[in-house]
Amino acid sequence: MTFLGFDAEMLARMQFAFTVSFHFLFPAFSIGTASYLAVLNALWLWKRDEAYLKLFEYWKTIFAVTFAMGVVSGIVMSYQFGTNWSAFSDKAGPVIGPLMGYEVLTAFFLEAGFLGIALFGRKRVGDTAHMVAVAMVAIGTLISATWITAANSWMHTPAGFGVDANDVFVPQDWWKIIFNPSFPYRMTHTVMAAFLTTAFAVGAVGALHLLKDRTNRQARIMFSMAMWMAAIVTPIQIFVGDLHGLNTLEHQPAKIAAMEGHYETHKNGAPLVLFGIPDDEAETTRYAVEVPKLGSLILTHELNGEIKGLKEWPRDQRPPALMPFITFRIMVGLGFLMLGVGLWSLWARWKGTLYDTPWLHRVAVAMGGSGFVAVLAGWYTTEVGRQPWTVYGHLRTAESLSPVSAPAVGTSLLIFIAVYFVVFGVGVYYLLKLMRRSPTPLDADQELDAGPIRTAGIMPGAAQDHPIGGRHGH
Amino acid sequence: MDIDLSFVWAGIIAFAVLAYVVLDGFDLGTGIVFPFFRQRRDRDVMTNSIAPVWDGNETWLVLGGGGLMAVFPLAYAIIMPALYMPIILMLVSLIFRGVAFEFRWRTHHESHLWDFGFWIGSSVAALMQGIALGALVQGITVEGRQYAGGWWDWLTPFSIMTGVAVLIGYALLGVTWLNLKTSGEIQARSAKLARPLSLGLLALIGAVSLWTPFINEIYFERWFGWPTAFFSSLVPLMLALCAFLLWHGLTHGKHLQPFLSALGLFVLSFVGLGISFYPYMIPGVLTIRDAAAPASSLKFLLVGAVVLVPMILAYTAYAYWVFRGKIDPQEGYH
Repeated sequence: MTFLGFDAEMLARMQFAFTVSFHFLFPAFSIGTASYLAVLNALWLWKRDEAYLKLFEYWKTIFAVTFAMGVVSGIVMSYQFGTNWSAFSDKAGPVIGPLMGYEVLTAFFLEAGFLGIALFGRKRVGDTAHMVAVAMVAIGTLISATWITAANSWMHTPAGFGVDANDVFVPQDWWKIIFNPSFPYRMTHTVMAAFLTTAFAVGAVGALHLLKDRTNRQARIMFSMAMWMAAIVTPIQIFVGDLHGLNTLEHQPAKIAAMEGHYETHKNGAPLVLFGIPDDEAETTRYAVEVPKLGSLILTHELNGEIKGLKEWPRDQRPPALMPFITFRIMVGLGFLMLGVGLWSLWARWKGTLYDTPWLHRVAVAMGGSGFVAVLAGWYTTEVGRQPWTVYGHLRTAESLSPVSAPAVGTSLLIFIAVYFVVFGVGVYYLLKLMRRSPTPLDADQELDAGPIRTAGIMPGAAQDHPIGGRHGH
Repeated sequence: MDIDLSFVWAGIIAFAVLAYVVLDGFDLGTGIVFPFFRQRRDRDVMTNSIAPVWDGNETWLVLGGGGLMAVFPLAYAIIMPALYMPIILMLVSLIFRGVAFEFRWRTHHESHLWDFGFWIGSSVAALMQGIALGALVQGITVEGRQYAGGWWDWLTPFSIMTGVAVLIGYALLGVTWLNLKTSGEIQARSAKLARPLSLGLLALIGAVSLWTPFINEIYFERWFGWPTAFFSSLVPLMLALCAFLLWHGLTHGKHLQPFLSALGLFVLSFVGLGISFYPYMIPGVLTIRDAAAPASSLKFLLVGAVVLVPMILAYTAYAYWVFRGKIDPQEGYH
């Protein structure tokens, strides 16, 4: 049975890709934002400079909206393993499940338990306990990222398990399961990506307000902080990304072949395919623009290093090449653009014109969403590159599916698409609206700053009708 | 040793589900009764009463689902496809409910739409949870290690009745929570609403209790066979006590007593379900021991759960304590 021409497996894959893509955008932003809030609050407590407090309050509201969307889209994920991928859950649940169980116990509760105090409780608990709460939320997001990338990495480079009579994966060595071969690289790469996503979003908001008023102190502070991150973290991220790629070459060479668009094995130095269109049917990359030997140099650090092509594997064990090929280039391209912005900001800073270079600010505004795009592109590269397996080399995607019929999956997919576009589309609109507010409080356009119990002197009910000045009166 | 661990874990998962039901129950209930409070400022106070805690409350649902996958993966793999539509509809409803907390503050013109989303999300989520429960009690068709029933098996008169029972029950938790946390007009109206809701819930608990033993002879044996009947008869007696305390609290203007009594009704109904189910995970089909993950999975996560669950309870209690007391709409939330 099919639904709109798709079989149940394809529909279930589309549904997972759709819901996880939406979900991933929110943590990618909130991981960095939570840490940013902790830094801002610590700077306020340390220097007692109101500018930091204002920035904390400003980003706090944006964080709260993002976090709410991350929570509700995340709950969907924890049930989707069962609804659409029950065979995977039955077989891999004993390994993946406890890792996610630890994520809930060590991270989700920590974030949720302290979020209320971090957002609404400063006056109730005092500065110290409030700082602890803010730090707990930030730490919680990082712990969460650690567990979930451990679980995801295990699906790419499974280790530390046996298989029983029912084909169930039986954990044998949890240390090996958690610290599986790709985990350290993937986790570092993912968390740094989240920090860069936040840095470029914060930088864009700062730049936007500098373009309106280059003397705006809060805008200057956030732009400067964001550009430090861009300049320092981007080069490290590119280095880590390279290590991650080398690790993938060792453990998932077919994925590398797909990313690079190689169908033939190159024994004496592979070229770097800059652009082209991989064609799995014809087993060739059309319209390829190549630089001789550079592919081997990057991947093996030798001019004549051997790179395997997709033809080394039977067709039913190859990932589709087109998607990883394209998304990988998008990710890398954005990475180097980010590096360019970081270097430009260093130059402007050295010249003393960081706040007086409108073109830098315009570019920074344009790059505001670059982190989100790069994160998703990288995610597609690695996940599509894992196909046709869910647990690499051990469990096929086709064998992971629930006994679901195509119409049931198709209907729920349509429901998710409709709801996500409405709810999260509107949510993103509200986020952009919040980011358009000037980071100087008491402006008329700040009247929507109030929210569910924003503590300081709001009257619920009146909040929407009058700009409330006393809100920030500390 | 394996046997013990799987039963320990059944207890922990049951605790997580119960914690979810009572905690998110009053959150969802607050949304369910939104239509009875039409003033914008009343709704602000109502959402503010749960804003600092709803996220933590909902996390118990993630623990219930994630924990089930971790320690009873076979049960998870069978139950989720069996309850496909109710689960999907519950998740979508929880999305509307969850974002409405923030979104209703972010707009002038559309805030009533998000209030509507808050109401419909809370109501449908409650209904679907009840339907899912009823469908599980009625039984699930299994072949091998997979669900083998149809896509509409979950929709029966019995499951609709349990759905309505949970909807009414959450609404009662909601109004007794508001009776505890608010003052003045909102509290008065909540206390008034609590009376018909109490009667409705008690009637439905009675109907479900009488119907259940005749669905499956396992249940009948458990409730009316000797010697288990001696213990299971304690549940109805304590339910009667809770019902009395609930009514007494409502008629005597108490603030805390009705809420605790309503919680008691939920806890006892849950215990009743546990008596019916034991030792099965899926009634008549899959026992707790057969559903359990390998011992290495159970042990690994148990080490963390033993340490972390008490810590979670401690800082959750702290968060509730921080936001204790009545919400004063005149002075805001200082």
